[in-house]
Amino acid sequence: MDEYAIRGLIREVQAGRLSRRSFIRTMVGVGLTAPLASQMLAASGIAQAQTKPAPGFTPTKRGGGGRLRLLWWQAPTLLNGHFATGTKDEDACRPCYEPLCGFDPDGNFVPILAAEVPSVQNGGLAKDGRSVTWRLKKGVQWHDGKPFTADDVIFTWEYAADPATAAVSVTAYRDIERIDRIDDHTAKVQFKEPRAFWYDAFFGVRGYVMPKHLFKDYKGASSRQAPQNLKPVGTGPYRVVDFKPGDSVRYELNPNYHVANRPFFDVVEMKGGGDPTSAARAVLQTGEFDYAWNLQVEWEVLHRLEQGAKGQLINSPTGNIEHIQLNQSDPWSEVDGERGSVKSRHPLFQDPKFRQALSYLVDRGTVAEELYGQTGQATANFINAPTRLRSRNTKWEFSIDKANRLLDEAGYKRGADGVRVGKDGKRIKLLFQTSTNSLRQKNQAIVKQACAKAGLEVELKSVTASVFFSSDAANPDTYGHFYADMQMYNTTMTSPDPQFFMNQFLSTEAAQKTNHWAGRNPTRWRNEEYDRLWKAAEVEMDAVKRAAMWIQMNDLVVNNVAVIPENWRNRSSAATAKLRGLDLSGWDSTLWRIAYWYREA
Amino acid sequence: MSKYVLRRLLIAIPVLVGISVVLFGILALAPGDPFSELATNANVPPDVAQRLRAQFGLDDPLPMRYVRWLTSMLRGDWGFSFQSRMNVDALILQRLPVSLFVLGSAYCLALAVALPVGVLSALRPYSLFDQAATTLAFIGFSLPTFFTGLLFILVFSIWLDWLPFIYRADIDTRGWRWFAEHARQAIMPVAVLGLFQGATLTRFVRAAVLDVVRLEYVNTARAKGLSEARTIGKHVVRNALIPVVTVIALQIPTIFAGAVVTEQIFRVPGIGSLLIAAILASDTPVILAITFVYAVLVVLFNLVADIVYGWLDPRISYR
Repeated sequence: MDEYAIRGLIREVQAGRLSRRSFIRTMVGVGLTAPLASQMLAASGIAQAQTKPAPGFTPTKRGGGGRLRLLWWQAPTLLNGHFATGTKDEDACRPCYEPLCGFDPDGNFVPILAAEVPSVQNGGLAKDGRSVTWRLKKGVQWHDGKPFTADDVIFTWEYAADPATAAVSVTAYRDIERIDRIDDHTAKVQFKEPRAFWYDAFFGVRGYVMPKHLFKDYKGASSRQAPQNLKPVGTGPYRVVDFKPGDSVRYELNPNYHVANRPFFDVVEMKGGGDPTSAARAVLQTGEFDYAWNLQVEWEVLHRLEQGAKGQLINSPTGNIEHIQLNQSDPWSEVDGERGSVKSRHPLFQDPKFRQALSYLVDRGTVAEELYGQTGQATANFINAPTRLRSRNTKWEFSIDKANRLLDEAGYKRGADGVRVGKDGKRIKLLFQTSTNSLRQKNQAIVKQACAKAGLEVELKSVTASVFFSSDAANPDTYGHFYADMQMYNTTMTSPDPQFFMNQFLSTEAAQKTNHWAGRNPTRWRNEEYDRLWKAAEVEMDAVKRAAMWIQMNDLVVNNVAVIPENWRNRSSAATAKLRGLDLSGWDSTLWRIAYWYREA
Repeated sequence: MSKYVLRRLLIAIPVLVGISVVLFGILALAPGDPFSELATNANVPPDVAQRLRAQFGLDDPLPMRYVRWLTSMLRGDWGFSFQSRMNVDALILQRLPVSLFVLGSAYCLALAVALPVGVLSALRPYSLFDQAATTLAFIGFSLPTFFTGLLFILVFSIWLDWLPFIYRADIDTRGWRWFAEHARQAIMPVAVLGLFQGATLTRFVRAAVLDVVRLEYVNTARAKGLSEARTIGKHVVRNALIPVVTVIALQIPTIFAGAVVTEQIFRVPGIGSLLIAAILASDTPVILAITFVYAVLVVLFNLVADIVYGWLDPRISYR
């Protein structure tokens, strides 16, 4: 199905000859799936359903649900979403703070503090992508009783965009030129440049709206002194009663919550710390807790715990990708006093046949089956979700024969010991590094074994996670320095839009000495076509064309074997058998729907 | 006596300065970065982490950072946590009651077991009771707490389903129920720690009593016609306990430092788990504060132990 055919279908929907639902179903059928499909409709001026279909449970009163016990194996350390170091803090903020819109599991927008999702049709979204007009929900109160207005929305932008605040959400807000206050409950966001990815500021975990009356004296450099960083006052369904940093948060029901008859629980407790395996145990085996988050545990172990029958495992899709990177620069020699300089080229990996051979040697099927089970699936793509952005043009294959044939063709002869010899006459030995983690070490071993059969010797190295993922410019073992031939880790995709996610292949982002190896592109892969496409996507307002661009960029990365995508990971969590309404989304906080969680009688 | 105390206190100053230099140096050289979580997040530009580093003074030269830390520590300012953005002393004070409760109870349990068992086995050496106590004591201190902790969880939480294995400091019930719930969740961590320490102490008490019980004055007391209970109570145990008291005094600082392993297993929010979390997150102000306060307490309680020793045993004089 080509662009023309899709446009034809959209016209059908516009004319009312085709229902929204069947359009989306058709799109899913051809691979452009639900999240983008409804985006496409929205961009063509077709309203999307504003509210989600009512879940099976419609309470007639607020509260009465008793206690909800949540277990996060990393403990929240502060309660200001704009300073969150990791998802634990974002999640702990969510019962209290809310964004204007959240993301559902398909990447669709769900209004929370907004009265409706801005779209071209309702006049909220400008056709040229330069402005968004937000109509805010009326009658919303902060936990201290003060009304929520457009001033809070404007303040949130001023607060997060101020570089001196050093907010982690700064990229969402710094491209906003100004926000006009139209009236108490309407605000118009003006972007500096047309922005296709407008659904960043005020959305999801980066969109927590801050109360102006409490934070106005703590903007910029004094932000760290705000007492509300630990005692938040939000608009959410639960208020914070007690917070012990690094241990636990206790919330109680907000009696003035802006959704009728919600939330269900009277008290919510979030306990942090420990390790994922015993967290799974506390839900699945002993039932001490109701919900345990992000269980990064070997599939085999989880599966065994689930036999306890007190709870169930939930695997929700994300965009996270476990992948192997091939160093495109030469990590073994210095250019201008810098190892792995962008000016150098990798002696072996500059040969496309060599890279392709390596791709054949990664046994993604075994890795998925043996190591990840239901917590991930083998993939050929770097972008796997939302479904509409997943390329159908690529496929992966594990074949030692094909790898051998390619390497023979390319002239890498086997030496006397069966190990191939490079063009410089030296035995080939590849250094493959990753962080210390039992799954990854098993994964490394699977790759090493296959490579040995193709006459490539691989040396394995594992670095403690706190060093490997550090931004320490003086430490040569970080993934940013990448002083190895191959490395493997998981990149998280935190937003349903790949604009930020895909900046890790831009040539301007190459990690090197001049940027203290803080650039996002550790492989130092450079491709002019890719750079051009990425820039163009930034301003492309046509959702269909833009989706095609991401697919094209994915194919460039995959077909050039800059990286070898390996496993598309799920987020696993555990819940007691009667907990309902979770609606877990890979694009938003785990607790994005906490107001709607309930326990079945 | 006061001259002695004063001299000891003066010696303590260079010792503590030396300790602080070593601690600071090691932490500064250790790998790790408090803002590494940000560095791996594609949505956070690198300049945010750089700005935070500047804001928290991480880019200044090492000697300058050390002097700044030392002077504010002297003024009673323990620093500011990178992770929680709050004062370190407030953070530690929040954790202290739990550590004191769990470790204090564990110590009481250890003493309650060690004193009677140690004395009884010393009075009847190589009897059946002594053999049994010795065997159990050896098992007790050769099994590490992370093993007994997991064993307890397996037996009492998972198989029998009697006790919770996740410690909640934040119990919101009142009165007797509050007390009962706290006691119930403290049973396993206290037992794991208490039995481990009790095993060591038992051996210690036994040895001390054995030393004393053979002395001439004990025979004299018996010859004088004192009852066995009086002989043991007033003459043997009292004298035997002098070294035991010093050992206990020297271990009191560890109550402050918390029990790292046990707290981690049972998710007890004490100082030990705070220390581990801070180390994993490279939250240097917290690590420094805890380790340095611990060092101060060790130096201080060494002095206390020496003074108590002299008070219990008048034969010792201070010069």
